[in-house]
Amino acid sequence: MSDLDQLYQQIILDHAKARHGAGLVEAPEGVASGESMQHNPVCGDHIRLRIQLEGSTVKNVSWEGDGCSISMASASVLSEMAEGIERDEFMVILDEFRELMRSRGSRAGDEEVLGDGAAFAGVSKFPARVKCAMLSWVAAEAALLAANG
Amino acid sequence: MSSASPTTQDTLPRHLDDVEVSRLRADFPILGRSVNGVPLTYLDSGATSQKPSCVYEAEQHFYENFNAAVHRGAHSLAVEATDVFEQARTDVAGFIGAKDNEVIWTSNATEALNLITYSFGNASAGLGGEAARAFALGAGDEIVVTELEHHANLIPWQELALRTGAALKYIPVDESGALRMDLAGKIITPATKVLAFTHVSNVLGTVTDVPALVALARNVGALTVLDGCQSVPHLPVDVKKLDVDFMAFSGHKMLGPTGIGGLYGRAGLLDAMPPFLTGGSMITSVTMEKAEYLPAPMRFEAGTQRISQAHALATAVSYLQEVGMDRIAAWEELLGERMLTGLGAIPGVRVLGPDRGAARIGTAPFVVEGVHPHDVGQFLDSRGVAVRVGHHCAQPLHRALGVVSSTRASTYLYNTTSDIDRLLNAVSDVRGYFGVGK
Repeated sequence: MSDLDQLYQQIILDHAKARHGAGLVEAPEGVASGESMQHNPVCGDHIRLRIQLEGSTVKNVSWEGDGCSISMASASVLSEMAEGIERDEFMVILDEFRELMRSRGSRAGDEEVLGDGAAFAGVSKFPARVKCAMLSWVAAEAALLAANG
Repeated sequence: MSSASPTTQDTLPRHLDDVEVSRLRADFPILGRSVNGVPLTYLDSGATSQKPSCVYEAEQHFYENFNAAVHRGAHSLAVEATDVFEQARTDVAGFIGAKDNEVIWTSNATEALNLITYSFGNASAGLGGEAARAFALGAGDEIVVTELEHHANLIPWQELALRTGAALKYIPVDESGALRMDLAGKIITPATKVLAFTHVSNVLGTVTDVPALVALARNVGALTVLDGCQSVPHLPVDVKKLDVDFMAFSGHKMLGPTGIGGLYGRAGLLDAMPPFLTGGSMITSVTMEKAEYLPAPMRFEAGTQRISQAHALATAVSYLQEVGMDRIAAWEELLGERMLTGLGAIPGVRVLGPDRGAARIGTAPFVVEGVHPHDVGQFLDSRGVAVRVGHHCAQPLHRALGVVSSTRASTYLYNTTSDIDRLLNAVSDVRGYFGVGK
């Protein structure tokens, strides 16, 4: 597979179209929520991501934004995976995803931990695109902090 | 106009052609390399140009033969280095139709524009005495820019307005990106003290109507500041014919090295302006309390200067003059036409900018429906085609065009029609690759 095909795996192109979690959802009464807005200053892309927390469980992830297929697919994968899992579990996935993005192509994605997120392994060979893949994860980390606040 | 000799101009074809360009390309070793296993097609000269070997050899030549600090020291090297440095100024000033003492070296065009705004800010704070009052801004005064501007010719003015209390206004563009000249006369008023605008849009490649804007500014006594970053490399530019008060330009976009740019200013204005950066080499006398300053250009050149870069930029200018700016402009117009026509004919591709017929340099901004510019650029790179993607440091203009970002292909004298065809072929395959439009 060419580097380009590794970057744009079908699973990524599918998520870029499906966009799980797209459309901001208001948190119901009594449910804690946190939000974060992140920008990619290089291209002007942005994402606003909201997380609802019920106790320590991620109840819902929703977002709105504009960006390339990598950033949109990444937000979609994140939203799908995070729903219903424990906050700490999500942080483990986030750390694994961040390590993968920093690997410059030296790591294969761990599907056990990352699920569809493992398909982003090819992104790490393109340093200019790592920021695209990380945009929603950085937003999620900040949104969780805000929700706990 | 180009200062290449008239006899050369008369005997050569009106514009370059593929055969001549192929010969020129031998002067640019980097154009012979491959990326991702395919030959490089460099169409990002709007961001930075490639350099002919004579330019970086000039820097090496300087360090091997003349290296010394300029304008200080009495030894032979210092004298020779000063001669090289000042000859470079003479050459570059001549290239844009200015006098020697009207070109100030800066790090880049951004610094040149900041030099003006900080100097005006200093005048507004009362520095520079009576002579500098003409540059002072305050409440009730207006600065006018345009919606086309690169952030470098927008943010310094925003900051100056914030520091002085002056109002910042702008001439908008229509939905196609054409400047609303019909509104310019109302936006520029007797309260307007400065009109700052770009000669050529870095996104659209369109040439603004400098004479009309300068006339409006003159009518109300406003100073004019031209951003020449995208015009000086590609078009014959003569600051006296354009009749602007200031012009910023960038070395690395015109075959020169990074780290050097310039500011043109009318001598009478520069000598009356308070300095921006202060320190060594720009003074006549200094006490523990205060300093007196030299006239321009040294008034604005504090500290050790970019000597080898100035020499290399002069070498770049000489290269451009030898080819002929008229012929370069005519060639890039042809390449630009080929790009705009070709891109416009590809299904799902929308070319940004005013309708055909507007004066444009060889720059083609476009969007591929359903595919983000970042993804377009990535795909083109896999075919060896280097273009710029993003907002190109012009977020307000993109907002006015109804997009967040775009893809921009931009030419220079070393591009061939085959380069354009490789771009068009690659763009044709973008939607198919991403499964869009099926």
